[in-house]
Amino acid sequence: MGKTLQAEAGVGVWPKEGWTRIPFWIYTDPDLFQREMDTFFYGPSWNYVGLDCEIPEPGSFKRSWIGERQVVVVRDKDGSIVVHENRCAHRGARFCWNNKGKVDSFTCPYHQWNFALNGKLQGVPLKRGALGKGGMPSDFDATQHGLKSLRVHVEGGSIWATFDPNAPSFAEYCGTQMHEYVQRLFNGRPLKLLGYNRQFIPSNWKMYIENLKDPYHATLLHSFLITFGLWRADTQSESIPTEGGKHGIMISRNVGKKESAATSEIKRFKGKLELLDMDSVTPRQEFDDGKVVGLTLFPSVVLHQQANTLGMRQIIPKGLDGFELAWTYYGYADEDAEMTRLRLRHTNLYGPSGFVAMEDGEVLVESQQGAGGYGHRAAVIEMGGRDVEPQDHMVTEVLLRAFYKYYREAMGI
Amino acid sequence: MQTTTDTPPVSVKAAASDHAALRHELRDLYEEIGDLLDDNRVEELPGYFTEDCTYKVISRENYDQGLPAATMFCDGVAMLRDRILAIRETQVYEPRSWRHFISGVRVLAIEGELIRARGNFLVTEAFSDADPTLFIVGRYEDVLVRRDGRLLFKQRLAVCDNHHVRRSLIMPI
Repeated sequence: MGKTLQAEAGVGVWPKEGWTRIPFWIYTDPDLFQREMDTFFYGPSWNYVGLDCEIPEPGSFKRSWIGERQVVVVRDKDGSIVVHENRCAHRGARFCWNNKGKVDSFTCPYHQWNFALNGKLQGVPLKRGALGKGGMPSDFDATQHGLKSLRVHVEGGSIWATFDPNAPSFAEYCGTQMHEYVQRLFNGRPLKLLGYNRQFIPSNWKMYIENLKDPYHATLLHSFLITFGLWRADTQSESIPTEGGKHGIMISRNVGKKESAATSEIKRFKGKLELLDMDSVTPRQEFDDGKVVGLTLFPSVVLHQQANTLGMRQIIPKGLDGFELAWTYYGYADEDAEMTRLRLRHTNLYGPSGFVAMEDGEVLVESQQGAGGYGHRAAVIEMGGRDVEPQDHMVTEVLLRAFYKYYREAMGI
Repeated sequence: MQTTTDTPPVSVKAAASDHAALRHELRDLYEEIGDLLDDNRVEELPGYFTEDCTYKVISRENYDQGLPAATMFCDGVAMLRDRILAIRETQVYEPRSWRHFISGVRVLAIEGELIRARGNFLVTEAFSDADPTLFIVGRYEDVLVRRDGRLLFKQRLAVCDNHHVRRSLIMPI
């Protein structure tokens, strides 16, 4: 049998131009998707699963996700945090049916196997049988049948987990630069939970990783940000790939509304636009460095700090062509009421209805639509040159190039 | 802080037949607003609110946990007007149409000049190259006052049953 048209055209093969091209088949190949889950989410990576302020007391739990696997994040009796797969050690049924709650122990509803908060199997009904018949074999060893627990790291109140017992430390996984920026947000100040948003975006999960490695689009697409000076091409900014392109750091500054030589080139700068409520776009300075920072900590999360909103954007793949974006907004427990008020107002920038994020949801769907059936073609990413070195501006796709350099090495393609 | 004044849910037992006329008036009002949203006349929406209003589209997840963050968060009618300005002037989204189906409008309580009311909404969404799908379902938790004979919203919370917003929420609900 002859090759299909797509195979002849090189589907499954990276274009010869290398990291300045992204072939569209990587968004539509089901085998590749499964390999990504195994290599990244279930491999030696640290995945974001929650904030400690979400589970304040012993017995408090929340459900979270790593890749397509659901996990339960639990505050143990001694106050430490543990993370278990949400599947019973017996038959694999999900034992935890609520997004949040507080319990003394977990009981799987199917056969009522009971697990301690730390995951230890502590009860098997009818273990000795009934009327002298049945029951577990006398050598059944409960210690071998606890919940599958993950390695956990807590960084200033943010909770991370890995399936791989041999993964490097969290700090090592982040690398120095990323770790410092994570600590800039999570420095030990107690956190305050402000709420959630959940969005389902019907596109491949990598498109969201790309979105936050592409400051170029933000200077053009996001008219609201540009107009009110929250993110502009003509501000002091940086685009820094780290750890060989795995992670990415985007830095800008809030400069307010002003016209410049660059704004005349940006069609979506709306000089005449005035808001009635300027609080919505007027942040109070919070960090001494004056920076606005977006961190992509691969593979599971984007950490954003923009205006006065702080958020974790957890990326939860739902098959090849869709993902949930779970937003958690937070502040600090000791901040004043005015700061919290501003944070809540500024959440209007981000989330499924955010003046900025709404537009990302829109264009990602269109990108996925544009990938289907075009595995033999490739996207071109040459803005800001063809290399993968850090740049001191945002009119660049360097973070994307660096990421695909890393991705190809990690995936062996 | 405005968010702490969100009206907590009250028991529904107060809905009584002696509110029949008011209930009828509310039903007309809710349907009028649904109609103007479906008819691409969102500019008229702020006219139904008091200056110091709260308007939010909020997930049931946040609402039930008493968390203040919302999907749309307007603290005062100026923020609602600004959002509508942004929808018209700055926001980029694929064109689509929505349709509101409103049911179960009822008076929960009358407390002084405040009328507490509730109603269900179901909104479908249709893109220009696809059939309508169910988009968002939930309930309004409203507080109204009468000004110069007209009922105005002092609070409108669109509390959504959805676990996700599919793609994006462009327009107020």
